[in-house]
Amino acid sequence: MKKIFLSSFLIFVFTAHVIHQRITGSNETAVYIAPPAAATATEPAAPLPAVTNSGGYRDGTYTGKIADAYYGSVQVKVTVSDGKISDIQFLDYPHDRNNSVRISAYAMPLLKQEAIQTQKADVDAISGATATSGGFNESLASALAPAKN
Amino acid sequence: MRQARIMMGMPIAVEMRGNESRLEFFDEVFSYFNYVDQKFSTYKNTSEISAINRGELDAGSQSNDMKEVFALSEETKRLTGGYFDITKLNGKIDPSGLVKGWAIFNAANILRSHGVKNFYIEAGGDIEASGFNAEDKPWRIGIENPFRKDGETKTEIVKTIDLSDRGIATSGTYKRGRHIYNPISRSLADDNIVSLTVVGPNVYEADRFATAAFAMGRDGIVFIEKLPGFEGYQIDKNGLAVMTSGFINYI
Repeated sequence: MKKIFLSSFLIFVFTAHVIHQRITGSNETAVYIAPPAAATATEPAAPLPAVTNSGGYRDGTYTGKIADAYYGSVQVKVTVSDGKISDIQFLDYPHDRNNSVRISAYAMPLLKQEAIQTQKADVDAISGATATSGGFNESLASALAPAKN
Repeated sequence: MRQARIMMGMPIAVEMRGNESRLEFFDEVFSYFNYVDQKFSTYKNTSEISAINRGELDAGSQSNDMKEVFALSEETKRLTGGYFDITKLNGKIDPSGLVKGWAIFNAANILRSHGVKNFYIEAGGDIEASGFNAEDKPWRIGIENPFRKDGETKTEIVKTIDLSDRGIATSGTYKRGRHIYNPISRSLADDNIVSLTVVGPNVYEADRFATAAFAMGRDGIVFIEKLPGFEGYQIDKNGLAVMTSGFINYI
């Protein structure tokens, strides 16, 4: 009985310590990275770095799952050196893995992404790139008629 | 009241709230656009810019407006790390990436000088939106769908935003693809981004930074995010849009 109680207590302490490390770890960066448990994974990926109980991350490079973070879908590649996150690479939409926007760990909030959705043009005016000298014939009809339906 | 005409090779529309509009204000605004066209059109061999490109006009003989546009272009080039550059690959000068927004902004100030407070002026997809519409609400602006089906004449939008006392400009390529020149790499920019919409304090600012940011490819939206007072909405060739963190305030 005493053994079970002691084991449970140790597990509780370790878990509390891990959570504490995660919280203090993520305060160092300007971005929010969803912990794996909360992620909506759509493809398998290397696991996020294990937290050691000596107070940091293990050095190396890790690719996270495509996580549903606060601002929108994102996949990050995290570089850890000296036990701290030293770089975060935001990997692009999965179709285009060769492109990435390199952003330092302290620079940027996540930018929200969404798939565009066509909708009814019940507006006063429209901003677009097609209505210039090459393509104004196409937009002639919509320009001369009132934009609002 | 609303009037639209084709000038400078593009549709130009002006709308003023009923109680403020006068027929002569429309004439004055369109007359100004005609003046800009005569001076800055690279398609007119009688224009001042064409004369400059033929080497017929030295810096000292240029008009005040031309000097102003050149000075603003230099400043924009500096602010954008060279991504905005009016000197093209063939050595010719083409300031149209700045002139459009600059002209709309000046035309808007013509209306303001007459005490008109609630209006919008749209030219070639760039808009200066001042005050409120007839329903006393911010002007409702749609962002055009950059993917238009062949033969489709009806305009589709992919986002609706509300603007008051703001300018908006969209840089982009046609569905068939217009190659964008990247002045930094001195080559064709990647064709991943099809549309970048920028909202700023006025249309002149929105236009010059939209032009520069579009030449940066995927990094354009990051540049706009870092620019205080500007928001953006960038669409890539897969139909995925990325917006700056404050863009949501306009939705």
